[in-house]
Amino acid sequence: MAILVDENTRVMTQGFTGAQGTFHAEQGIAYGSKYVGGVTPGKGGTTHIGLPVFDTVADCAAKTGADASVIYVPPPFAADAILEAIDAGIPLVICITEGIPVLDMVRVKRALSGSSTRLIGPNCPGVITPDACKIGIMPGHIHRRGSVGIVSRSGTLTYEAVAQTTAAGLGQSTCVGIGGDPVKGTDFVEVLEMFLADDETKSIVMIGEIGGQSEIEAAEFLGRENKGARAKPVVGFIAGATAPPGRRMGHAGAVISGGKDTAAAKMEAMRSAGIHVAESPAALGSTMVKALKG
Amino acid sequence: MNIHEYQAKELLRRYGVAVLDGHVAWTPEEAAAAAAKLPGPVYVVKSQIHAGGRGAGRFQDDPQGKGGVRVVKSAEEAKAAAAAMIGHTLVTKQTGPQGKLVSRVYVEAGCDIRRELYLGLLVDRATSRLTIMASTEGGMEIEEVAEHHPEKILKVAVDPASGISGFHARKLAFGLGLEGKQVASFTKFVTALYKAVQDLDCAIVEINPLVVTGAGEIVALDAKVAFDDNALFRHKDLEALRDDSEMDPKELDAVRNDLNYVALDGEIGCMVNGAGLAMATMDIIKLYGSSPANFLDVGGTATAERVTEAFRIITSDANVKAILVNIFGGIAKCDMIASGIVAASKNLSLSVPLVVRLEGTNVERGKQILAESGLAIIPADNLADAAEKVVNAVKKAA
Repeated sequence: MAILVDENTRVMTQGFTGAQGTFHAEQGIAYGSKYVGGVTPGKGGTTHIGLPVFDTVADCAAKTGADASVIYVPPPFAADAILEAIDAGIPLVICITEGIPVLDMVRVKRALSGSSTRLIGPNCPGVITPDACKIGIMPGHIHRRGSVGIVSRSGTLTYEAVAQTTAAGLGQSTCVGIGGDPVKGTDFVEVLEMFLADDETKSIVMIGEIGGQSEIEAAEFLGRENKGARAKPVVGFIAGATAPPGRRMGHAGAVISGGKDTAAAKMEAMRSAGIHVAESPAALGSTMVKALKG
Repeated sequence: MNIHEYQAKELLRRYGVAVLDGHVAWTPEEAAAAAAKLPGPVYVVKSQIHAGGRGAGRFQDDPQGKGGVRVVKSAEEAKAAAAAMIGHTLVTKQTGPQGKLVSRVYVEAGCDIRRELYLGLLVDRATSRLTIMASTEGGMEIEEVAEHHPEKILKVAVDPASGISGFHARKLAFGLGLEGKQVASFTKFVTALYKAVQDLDCAIVEINPLVVTGAGEIVALDAKVAFDDNALFRHKDLEALRDDSEMDPKELDAVRNDLNYVALDGEIGCMVNGAGLAMATMDIIKLYGSSPANFLDVGGTATAERVTEAFRIITSDANVKAILVNIFGGIAKCDMIASGIVAASKNLSLSVPLVVRLEGTNVERGKQILAESGLAIIPADNLADAAEKVVNAVKKAA
């Protein structure tokens, strides 16, 4: 079953005719996903890589039946693009763009509440259900359809988890990059809830990093909810154990700023919630294999 | 991007935030002239560096002397205080032991302080809203208050749809025990500050301390402002406030080349794509018994030129004894990175061991480019293998 996207998902691209939008739509199509069209204001009525281009998101959705939109619009215009997708009632919006001003995201977050849209990202690699639907910038060939649900704040570290669970012969149900920004559409808890409810997902890898409290909230959530009939082994990793306090480590959200948002504090919260913490980022697959053996 | 206190106050003044009169001075003579322009009889001479704890900090060449913020009673005293600060290195709790060189001071009017409070404005991740924080514990670091007296921190989150309203400020004012005309003064202050934060895309503003004067006015005694780097594209005028001398030269170099770099004090230079993987690479180096010399994310659009610049910055650190390149190509393509590595190794005539781990998009082509280059590159198959090989290379060299 997987979560968020499957072989029936109809994908549109915002920022369709740009270099990123073009390249990754082609990659998605080559992977076998259903890409149905895209939006570039001013280019409506034309055709791009064999698909129709529209001036507005609403128009594109109405004519193509798209139910997911991926955004490759540059940072100054990205919040506007998300707001347009929310306004058009697109159920799933995935924003890849890195570098959106945080106050723009504060407005977007407000617009999301009460809307029918789920936003993934921004500043994320996207979402993939192997062999069914690839939305985003991840290299498709490292994935294998399987049983591990992966959720992560980091793009390339997600690929690491994918490669290791593929090598271990487990494969992935769905991989969700929630993004490295402090204000984002979807957080760990919401994705974990989906994975717990998904039959195809038999175990979960959760990759966090320094900064913020969402890994601690996620650990508390699992401590409460990951039990009984739907209990699943969870492997966790937190990047940034060696990061100095007060310095922003690449991601806008990755800065230690209170004492309770360190890697050590988050790993401790994970352990007390029964999560199998991988000490090394190279041990995500092997820790999962061990956890599955019980 | 951080700015100096005097720059922050100048900006906030334009928004109607109450700050004291003052003038920046680059020489002791200018400091005397600045004091002469103020009414007196009390003046405060403040070292301008991008770090807090200045009052309690001490100058490196005068550890038993006075701090980086001094109250003086005449223009002559202001001149003497400035002479003790300008050109001297101030060490505070936040600067690290190496301290920061003071190049200018701010000479400000004295103030009749009745109470010292704390006021901060930032985006709270939990609510995804601009949040105003206030505390009666002025002058203390808010992190310390949060740890020992969380109940003393008042918070209000502002709905971006309706914006700031009088009640937000009143809620904090009464919570802080303000009374009479202080409440109106506080409301005006907070409202103006909120407007400034929104207009200027501030990442954080801290007024610590915020002062209640004998006359019942609310005034900013200190002001710390940092801008959201992601929003600087719409504030070109703020670029002029950037003080390059406050940055680590290697980090400045990286910023100019659009690379995400943080200098650390270890011995293994790292070049990685993606912030999370870059942090994880640092962590695994530590697990294998060495330490990272830097954080460096080359990003998704890594070209040969960017890789060369990255190598140049990494190797400009004399502590670097080996380099680990760890690339998991998504947007970044391994063949592009490999060509960059080959070009950089030749251009910079690298003298330290280089371990390269490539995975992901176009990996086979990338590995082939490295193998055919004839360079002494140590290839690694995965993250653990890469960490082990680079740590061994450092140990062997020692």
